[in-house]
Amino acid sequence: MAKLKVDGKEIEVPDHFTLLQACEDAGAEVPRFCFHERLSVAGNCRMCLVEVKGGPPKPAASCAMSVRDLRPGPNGEPPEVFTTTPMVKKAREGVMEFLLINHPLDCPICDQGGECDLQDQAMAFGIDSSRYQENKRAVEDKYIGPLVKTIMNRCIHCTRCVRFTTEVAGITELGLIGRGEDAEITTYLEQAMTSELQGNVVDLCPVGALTSKPFAFTARPWELNKTESIDVMDAVGSAIRVDTRGREVMRILPRVNEEINEEWISDKTRFIWDGLKTQRLDRPYVRKDGRLQPATWADAFGAIKTAVAGTSGDRIGAIAGDLASVEEMFALRELMTALGSTNIDCRQDGSTLDPSLGRASYLFNPTIEGIEQADALLIVGSNPRFEAAVLNARIRKRWRMDNFPIGVIGEQGELRYGYEYLGAGTDTLSGLIDGSVKFAAKLKKAQRPMIIVGQGALSRADGLAVLSAITKLAESVGAVKADWNGLAVLHTAASRVGGLDLGFVPGEGGKAAADMLDGTDVLFLLGADEMDFARKTAFTVYIGSHGDNAAHVADVILPGATYTEKSGTWVNTEGRVQVGNRAGFAPGDAREDWAILRALSDVLGKKLPFDSLVQLRAKLHAAHPHFAAVDEIATGEIADLSALAKKGGTMANSGFASPIKDFYLTNPIARASAVMAECSALARNNFKAAAE
Amino acid sequence: MLKDQDRIFTNIYGTKDKSLKGAMARGHWDGTKELLEKGRDWIINEVKASGLRGRGGAGFPTGLKWSFMPKESDGRPHYLVVNADESEPGTCKDRDILRHDPHTLIEGCVVASFAMGANAAYIYVRGEFIREREALQAAIDECYDAGLLGKNNKLGYDIDIYVHHGAGAYICGEETALLESLEGKKGQPRLKPPFPANMGLYGCPTTVNNVESIAVTPTILRRGAAWFSSFGRPNNVGTKLFMMSGHVNRPCTVEEAMGISFKEMVEKHGGGIRGGWDNLLAVIPGGASCPVVKGEDMMNVTLDFDGLREVKSSFGTGGMIIMDRSTDIIKAIWRISAFFKHESCGQCTPCREGTGWMMRVMQRMVTGNAQKREIDMLFDVTKQIEGHTICALGDAAAWPIQGLIRNFRPEIEARIDKYTANATAHGAVLEAAE
Repeated sequence: MAKLKVDGKEIEVPDHFTLLQACEDAGAEVPRFCFHERLSVAGNCRMCLVEVKGGPPKPAASCAMSVRDLRPGPNGEPPEVFTTTPMVKKAREGVMEFLLINHPLDCPICDQGGECDLQDQAMAFGIDSSRYQENKRAVEDKYIGPLVKTIMNRCIHCTRCVRFTTEVAGITELGLIGRGEDAEITTYLEQAMTSELQGNVVDLCPVGALTSKPFAFTARPWELNKTESIDVMDAVGSAIRVDTRGREVMRILPRVNEEINEEWISDKTRFIWDGLKTQRLDRPYVRKDGRLQPATWADAFGAIKTAVAGTSGDRIGAIAGDLASVEEMFALRELMTALGSTNIDCRQDGSTLDPSLGRASYLFNPTIEGIEQADALLIVGSNPRFEAAVLNARIRKRWRMDNFPIGVIGEQGELRYGYEYLGAGTDTLSGLIDGSVKFAAKLKKAQRPMIIVGQGALSRADGLAVLSAITKLAESVGAVKADWNGLAVLHTAASRVGGLDLGFVPGEGGKAAADMLDGTDVLFLLGADEMDFARKTAFTVYIGSHGDNAAHVADVILPGATYTEKSGTWVNTEGRVQVGNRAGFAPGDAREDWAILRALSDVLGKKLPFDSLVQLRAKLHAAHPHFAAVDEIATGEIADLSALAKKGGTMANSGFASPIKDFYLTNPIARASAVMAECSALARNNFKAAAE
Repeated sequence: MLKDQDRIFTNIYGTKDKSLKGAMARGHWDGTKELLEKGRDWIINEVKASGLRGRGGAGFPTGLKWSFMPKESDGRPHYLVVNADESEPGTCKDRDILRHDPHTLIEGCVVASFAMGANAAYIYVRGEFIREREALQAAIDECYDAGLLGKNNKLGYDIDIYVHHGAGAYICGEETALLESLEGKKGQPRLKPPFPANMGLYGCPTTVNNVESIAVTPTILRRGAAWFSSFGRPNNVGTKLFMMSGHVNRPCTVEEAMGISFKEMVEKHGGGIRGGWDNLLAVIPGGASCPVVKGEDMMNVTLDFDGLREVKSSFGTGGMIIMDRSTDIIKAIWRISAFFKHESCGQCTPCREGTGWMMRVMQRMVTGNAQKREIDMLFDVTKQIEGHTICALGDAAAWPIQGLIRNFRPEIEARIDKYTANATAHGAVLEAAE
C-alpha cells in the first residue's frame, strides 16, 4: 500500500495503482480520453495531467504514472498530488483547445452527440471560445467494414481502437499511419476488419470518429429507453443493454459484467437488432391445402387440438430451440408431461450431454473468470472464436499475460492466439490420455489445467464416450481437484444449460430430437430451427418469432416473442442463472411463449397451473430451486465426474468439427438480419480470398 | 584557444588516415585493455570526476547516467545504445566523427559497454547518413578483423557492436523513440518512467548516449579526469565540438575548450561575421530547438551550458546558426516551425495539434497578415505545448518561437503594420483575388 495526498486528502492505495486511479479513489475527477482500464496505457491525449509536488515544474500524465514513482517529501511526508491547481486547470484547457482546433463543429449531425466524451469534457474542462483562425484539418473517411462507420475528421488520435483491436481482439488490421498532424487511423488497405469483436471500437471511441454504421442517423441517445438484459446469441450470456424507441429496438450495447463479458460483446450480439424487425411471425398460421394461411388464435389452437386428439401421448414430441428461456421450456415440459409424453429434447444438434450424469458434466466448470487463473489449456472440438467470441477474448487475455500453453484438437483455425495443433480427432485424444502426445506433459505440469470441450466433440453418436475420455484425461492431468475443476464444456446455445437443468431431455422410453421428426405424430417446436426437416413426417406446431427453417415446414405457427420482448431466465455455459428483461412488445398478435403454451394447455384440456409469469416462476423455483439464485452458479459435483470418467465407451476414429459453420448466421434472428447477411458474405469472400 | 595536443578528435576534418592503423598511430586504441582492467567502478568514477556532460543537447552528466545501470544483472542483458541519429538542424558534429574518426566512437563503445556490463552495443545511425554508416561499418569490420571486437577478443571482454540504419525521422533521435525504432516499431517516444536504465531496449537495462559523449571517454580515461576538467568553468568542463553555420565567413566544425567566448570562436575559427560584427542579427546557439538570441546579447557570451542559460537560451549541441542582417528572422523561425511540424510524431495532442497551429500563425506573420494580439496568443500557445508532451519535441518546437517573440517582437509588429498599411492602400479584396 502506498500513502499519498490528493488535493490535501490523505489516502492509501495499492502499490500498482496509477495516479489517475489514486485520484479517483480520493474522489477527484480526472478527465481522460486515451486511458481505458482494459487497454494498455498510451498516455498520448495528455488530458489527465495533474500536478505532482516536488516533481519537475510541469504537470505529469496521471494515467501513466504509478504511485510507486512518487517520491516522498524531504521529511518523509507522503507525496502530494493536485488536480485543481491553476497549473492543472491551464494544462487541461490547453490540451482541450488543441483537441478542438482540428475537431469539426458537427455535433448536431454527429451520432456520438449526447454520449460524447469530448463534448462532455469540453463543457467541464474547456474554455468557452476558440482562438484558432486557420483552416481545420480534413481527413478522408476510411472503409473499415460494414459495422463501423468512420468520420475521420473527428478523430483525436487516442488510439483506443488500435489498442483494442491488437490487444483484445487480436487482429493487427487497424493502425495509425503517418505522423504529426497527418497521422490517420486506418486499416491501410481499407479492407473490412475481420474480428468478431470489432463493434466494441464504437463504444471505445471517445468521439464520433467510429460510430455504428447500422445505427447511423436513426436515433439520439437521450430519446431511447434503456433496458438491461441478457444476450442469447451464444451461451456466454453477455450482459447487454437494449435501447428502444417505442416498441422498436434501436441498438444493443454491452453492460459491464466482470464475471462474463467484462465490457465487450460480439458483433452478433451488438448488430443483431435489425433481425428483430424482419421476417417476424406476427399472427398465427395454419396449413390449409398445403399452404400456410393466416388464422386466428382459436383456429390455430383448434387445429392443434384435433391433431393431438388423433394420437396418443407417446406419439407426441417437443423440441426446444437454442434461444428458448427456462420459463417457456418449463411450461412446455409441464404440458408434455400432462399430455403423457416423455418425448422432449432441448438438444436439437444431437448433443449427448445428459443431466443424469450430474451438473458438472455439462458446465463450463472453471468459469469464464477462471480462465485467467488457468495455466494450461486444451481445446477439444471447439473453435471458441466463433462459438463464444467474448470468451475467446478472455482466453487471449490470459494468453497475453504470460506463459500459457494452449493445445487444440479438432479443426485448425485462426483463434487470435498462438496454439499448438495436436490433431484432428479421437486418436489424438487417446494419445493424450496414454501420454504419447507430448502436450499431455504440459497439462500435467500445470497447477490449474483447463480443458474446453466444444459441441463439435459431443454432438456425435459417440459423444458420451468422448466426454468420458476427456473427463478421464482431466482427472489424470489433475484438472479435477477439490479446489479447481478445469473441465469446461462450451455450449453454443443460450437455452442449453437451462434445458439440461430442467431435465428437458427424453424421459423413460422417450425419443431424442432427431428421432422425433419422423417418429411422432404431433411435434412441438419451441423455436427449434437448426434441424434437417426434410425427413419430418409429424404434424408440426412451431412456436417462434421468425419465419425461418421450421416455420416453412410447420403445419401450425404460433407467433412468439424474441429475447428482447420477454422477461426470461437463461443459464449460461458456466451454469450462471441470469434474467433478461423485456425491452418492448412483440409485434402484432405475437405473444410471450409461456403465455401461448398456457393458453394452448387450456384448449387441450390440460390447463397448466399458473396464470402469470410470477406464478410460473414460483412453480419453477419450487421444482428447481437453483433458478431462483440469479447471477449465481450452482457448482457441479466433482464426484459426478469421476463416475463419468469410469463410464468409458468406444470412440469412432474421426475428427471433430465445430458446429458453427457461419458465425453470423447461427439462429433465426441472425438469419433475418441484413447486417449479419452482409458480414457473412464478407467473411465468406475473405476466406475464399485467403484460400486463393 | 585549444592546443592541438589537447584535441581528442585528431582527424575531424578527414585529412589523415582514418583506418584502424591511422587511428592507432594517433593514439587511439592505446592501452584499452589496461583501461578495462582497472574495473567498472573506476571507469564510471573517472567519467563522473571528469565532469563530462552529455553532448546530445540536454547536458546530463554522463558518468551519473552510467551509474544508473544496475550493478548486477538480474538475468536480463544490458545494452549500450549510441544515438547517431543526428538530425538537429545546425548540428553536424557526429557525422564528422562517424565518417572521419569512427575509431574514437568504437573504442568508446567498448569502454562504455564494459562500464555498464553490456555485451552488445547498438549504434543507431541517421537514415540520411549513408557514407557515414559505410565508414563506421568499415571501421567496425576492421576492429573485428583485428580482434578488438567480438567474442574472445584481445581486450578480454566480449563485445559486439551493431550498426542500425534509421529511416530518417528526426523524432528517432529522442532516446525512447530511438529504442522503439531499434526494436522495429514505429518511432514514437515512450512514457517515462520507466526509464531506459531500467526498461530500455527489449525491456532490458539500457543506456542511450550521444556519439560524442561516448567517443571522448577513452581519451578522458587515458589522460585522466583532471586533464579533461581543466578546460572551462566548473560544471561546464572539457573540450567540445562546436559548429558554426550560416553567415560566418568560414562555417566549420571545430573542437574547442568549453567556455570559449562567442567572439573568440567566431573570430578564430569562423573567420568573422559576414559583413562585420555590426552586421550580426541573431544567433541560434545550440541547434534549431534553442531559443534565438539577439546579436548584441551574444557579444559577451561564454559558450557553455551556464553561459547560454544566462541569455535565456541553451547550449544544446553546440551547433550555432549565425544570422546576419540580411536574414528575415521571422521567416527563419517559421522555417524551424515547419520543420518541427513535419517531424512531430503525432502521438500526443499538444505537439501534434500545436506544431501545425504555430507554423500556420508564423506563416501569416512572415507576410504580416496577422493581428498584433496574435503575438501574445502565439506565445501562449507555445506555453501550452511546453512541458505538456511525452517527449521534448514539444518543448523544442515551442522555444524558437518564444525566443523570437522575446527578442524580435518589434520586427513582427512592424511587419504586421506594414501589411496592414498596404492592405488599406491597395485593398484587401484585390489581394484575395490574386
